[in-house]
Amino acid sequence: MSKMKAADINEKITWQDITPGAEIYEPATSTMIKTGEWRVMAPVFKEEKCKQCLLCVPFCPDSSIPVKEGRRGDFDFDHCKGCGICVSVCPFDAIDFVKEAR
Amino acid sequence: MSSQVNRPVEIRWHGRGGQGAKTACLLLAEAAFFSGKYVQGFPEYGPERMGAPITAYNRISDEECSVHSNIYTPDHVVVVDETLLHSVDVLKGMREGGILIINSKKESSEIRQMLGGYDGRLCVVDAERISTETLGRNFPNTPMLAAVVKASGVLDQAQFTKDMKKSFEHKFRTKPEVIEGNMKALTKTMEEVYVE
Amino acid sequence: MAIRERMSGNEAVATAMRQINPDVMGAFPITPSTEIPEYFSQFMANGQVDTQFVPVESEHSAMSVCIGASAAGARAMTATSSCGLAFMWELLYVAASSRLPLTMAVANRALTGPISIGNDHSDSMGARDSGWLQIYAENNQEVYDNFIQAVLITEAARLPIMVCQDGFITSHGVSNIQLIEDEKVKAFVGEYEPEDYLLNDRNPLAVGPYGTAPYYMEVKRKQAQAMMDAEEIIGDVARRFEELTGRSYGFIEEYRMEDAETAVVVIGSSAGTGKAAVDELRERGVRAGLIKLRVFRPFPAKLIAEALSGVKAVAVMDKTDSFSGNGGPLFSETRSALYDRKERPLMVNYIYGLGGRDVTVDHFFEVFDALGRIAESGEPGETYRYIGVRDAEERRR
Repeated sequence: MSKMKAADINEKITWQDITPGAEIYEPATSTMIKTGEWRVMAPVFKEEKCKQCLLCVPFCPDSSIPVKEGRRGDFDFDHCKGCGICVSVCPFDAIDFVKEAR
Repeated sequence: MSSQVNRPVEIRWHGRGGQGAKTACLLLAEAAFFSGKYVQGFPEYGPERMGAPITAYNRISDEECSVHSNIYTPDHVVVVDETLLHSVDVLKGMREGGILIINSKKESSEIRQMLGGYDGRLCVVDAERISTETLGRNFPNTPMLAAVVKASGVLDQAQFTKDMKKSFEHKFRTKPEVIEGNMKALTKTMEEVYVE
Repeated sequence: MAIRERMSGNEAVATAMRQINPDVMGAFPITPSTEIPEYFSQFMANGQVDTQFVPVESEHSAMSVCIGASAAGARAMTATSSCGLAFMWELLYVAASSRLPLTMAVANRALTGPISIGNDHSDSMGARDSGWLQIYAENNQEVYDNFIQAVLITEAARLPIMVCQDGFITSHGVSNIQLIEDEKVKAFVGEYEPEDYLLNDRNPLAVGPYGTAPYYMEVKRKQAQAMMDAEEIIGDVARRFEELTGRSYGFIEEYRMEDAETAVVVIGSSAGTGKAAVDELRERGVRAGLIKLRVFRPFPAKLIAEALSGVKAVAVMDKTDSFSGNGGPLFSETRSALYDRKERPLMVNYIYGLGGRDVTVDHFFEVFDALGRIAESGEPGETYRYIGVRDAEERRR
């Protein structure tokens, strides 16, 4: 039986169609929620100051700092909520924290 | 009162916590089960209190008995510890013609006196002596069980002896010396005790 | 051929567990169900089962173990009683709302206070709205048979199930029982093969998500449907069980109800005592009958209403009080079940047997006497009554 996709469990779903116990049959469905929309303050990555120590990566509660081949890139602004933890832990002042401009 | 037709034989046990009255009650249920009867064996539960008076019950019948209450008008009463006579009304509700089976070294006349001149049927069994002579220690359960079977006539004695041998052989398969002792206790009790 | 045996209700449950050989048992030993994990541990030590037994420090954890195991895809079981069940409360709802199959043996016992270890139904009746299926037994045979059926019911319904028996009265009372051969039980319950489970790495699964207001109610409505749908499952499993053993089980048992004018509705071991009273009354020419409720969740409202509609006066017996001032849970639900009938009996409630208070054949005579008077006069009088309690008013009369 083909399983219901997480995307189909939305605020229109009826009780007949919702999954038993609200089970979800896919992994990593939290990526579908664009929490970046919640951001009031935003981090700004200053690549020239960054020593690529990667300390910010494990501290980010939303896994919003992508790492490729041992180097971090710019933030994933679809999911970064602008909590500013990365700003606090950066030893090299490589992240600015500014008011979100939409 | 409940129907007299096919009424089960009801037995009430009095003992003290830790003395094995409950075990003896369950042994009687087992023996009756072996001889093809419907049985109930159940203690009246309370907090575990060593030495405190406890009561246990048997119903034995040729038909299934659905009643799940305690027994208030027993056919027979078994007293595993005679010191209970001072504190428990062991004869309470006992039916006309019922037998009081009591573990004691005392003469029956003395027991009757302790019971305020009880003149009903009585069976005194010195379970301690019999068990010491046959098992080398004071394990009163087997003599009490045998006394109840003989006195009450609730089970066929020959069948009971055969069933218990099998049961002991199963229970004590690692301690064969105990089997013989228990069988001796059983037969000796059934030879000795009588109802007066 | 069935195996003729004698054992206590607890040993009967433990034997059923041995025959089923579940994947996981999470248990904290508590009186009087203590003996179930105790017997089961012996079976484990003897190598008769290969269950993963998780001894825990509390019932909260026992239920958590079972929930985790069930979500992971295991056939899980536990046993408890009284305050042990109460301590599981929070998790009972988690198990049911997560739609996890679980089988729990309950030896029914009073809740404190005053402190008591005696039998009554306050523990499981208190949990009646937790979303668990509930099946009750009159005697050792029934608790054994119910337990084996429960495994299939819970797995098909995807709702956890309590298999209840009366603490001490049947849990510790030894009586005759017919056991089913091991291999027949194994074939009957089969292997548990859940469609989705956490340890299946091919189909990732999330269990127990946060349900915000836009979702919570839909999930609950679906859970309510599962409870209603369980009716058919319970019936199917009972039919299969009857084919195996010849023993038939319904939602209710109607005892001498054909032409009954007065009847009692009762759950558990006291139903047996009530039957003896009915037999005796019938001999005296009283048209008495009895309805024993086996399944309390889902509540067999229609069946009860049909069985009672032609009766003149009914006493519903509750071995717990709701403290609503208006009767116990079985009374409330039975009376509600009859509301839509054109013909319905006069009905009173008796709270009985609390905290191990013995319930005798004479108590049932007293109830039927009262029902006779109600039927004759057409007046139920006070509907919320206690029986077997010392009462100064009664003494004065």
